[in-house]
Amino acid sequence: MADGHKLEIFRGLIKFKSNTQKIWGVLILLTIVTTVEVVLGIIKPPFMMESFLSMKILNWIFIILTIVKAYYITWDFMHMRDETPALRRVVVWTAIFLICYLMWILIQEAGYIFDTYDQGYIKRDF
Amino acid sequence: MSSTVSATSQNEGWSGGNKPMKASYGKLMMWFFIVSDALTFSGFLAAYGFSRFKFIDSWPIADEVFTHVPFMHGQELPMIYVAFMTFVLIMSSVTMVLAVDAGHHMNQAKVTFYMFLTIIGGLIFVGSQAWEWATFIKGDYGAVKTNGGNIIQFVDADSNKRIALKDFATSIETEREQNLAKNGVWFMSESALSDYTLDEVIEGFEASPNLLVRTQIIEGNHKTVLSREESLKMLVDNGSYVVEGANLVDNEYGTPLFADFFFFITGFHGFHVFSGVVLNIIIFFNVILGTYQRRGSYEMVEKVGLYWHFVDLVWVFVFTFFYLV
Repeated sequence: MADGHKLEIFRGLIKFKSNTQKIWGVLILLTIVTTVEVVLGIIKPPFMMESFLSMKILNWIFIILTIVKAYYITWDFMHMRDETPALRRVVVWTAIFLICYLMWILIQEAGYIFDTYDQGYIKRDF
Repeated sequence: MSSTVSATSQNEGWSGGNKPMKASYGKLMMWFFIVSDALTFSGFLAAYGFSRFKFIDSWPIADEVFTHVPFMHGQELPMIYVAFMTFVLIMSSVTMVLAVDAGHHMNQAKVTFYMFLTIIGGLIFVGSQAWEWATFIKGDYGAVKTNGGNIIQFVDADSNKRIALKDFATSIETEREQNLAKNGVWFMSESALSDYTLDEVIEGFEASPNLLVRTQIIEGNHKTVLSREESLKMLVDNGSYVVEGANLVDNEYGTPLFADFFFFITGFHGFHVFSGVVLNIIIFFNVILGTYQRRGSYEMVEKVGLYWHFVDLVWVFVFTFFYLV
């Protein structure tokens, strides 16, 4: 192991020989994911436009692919893979917990306001 | 747990020089900054999500807004240019990691080279964003704002394609000029007048029978198009003034909130990229001067690299929520 870098991605499915090689490998992965996103965004397959858990399947796919990209940027470009588990947890869990809470409370409330505009008589009370 | 300090090192810990979680002070503080900045950005994006879900049936469709690519006039190429910008930023992230890696090997020449490429990538990105802003502010088709504050656009009845105001509006002589503080009796001023007045648009619309009005309301995956009679009624009864392009008050693509969030979030991100480029340039000169070579460690490159990757990370989310979803 050169320089104490962990050189495996996909839980050891792909092993790189050097840190430089791993960087290029991750670039290829990120490029593929971005290309898939753009192609899906342009052709918009009809079966992905169905609603699933109150959002289009296509949008779920976009969000999941974004989180995949964020994972590899943080883990390999920002060397999170090489940090101690404590540092990893301090940074990632804090952010994920607070962001999930924020998203949930705001989007929940927005849906409520939309329904009130849509079905109720109140139009300009917010 | 690796963060637990053992009994023997506890006494030494008070005298300083201890590295909790095996990260140096600078790196740890950069991580803390990144967490707080990530929360700031997620606040903005969550607010965007809030407004979008609040107006879920009338939000502009991003594919119809960002269709331009430099030097490709008149072609509708949704997302191609943003995809290019994303790639440029990821690429400059890659050169940054390579610079950090070269720093671990104490290779000054390579660090210099990769830092230089990173700066170039950052500049291309900021330049592209400026171009994107300029295109968005200028707009392309033009629209009419109704008395209720909604945007109505014009489409061809056969092809359902949008038609620009300049393609059908007539020309009516008018003496109306922009009100400027230096001319007026009461020293009032107003924003620039649109190229066409509402009357010119209405006259032109009445003269071209194959034009229809498109409203903001989304049905299925498309915006609603009115029939010819409804279109005329909507334009004549509800039309208030002509909107060309986008600013903080009006937005020809739909609700002004969309433009407000676009300017604010991409602007804040662009400002991060700009500060990142400035930091990179400072570090770049330090590398050239051999500061880190003498210090025996290129950790400073690693710290500024963390910030630079974070900027890339944020863009990945902005890209998804503004252009894809």
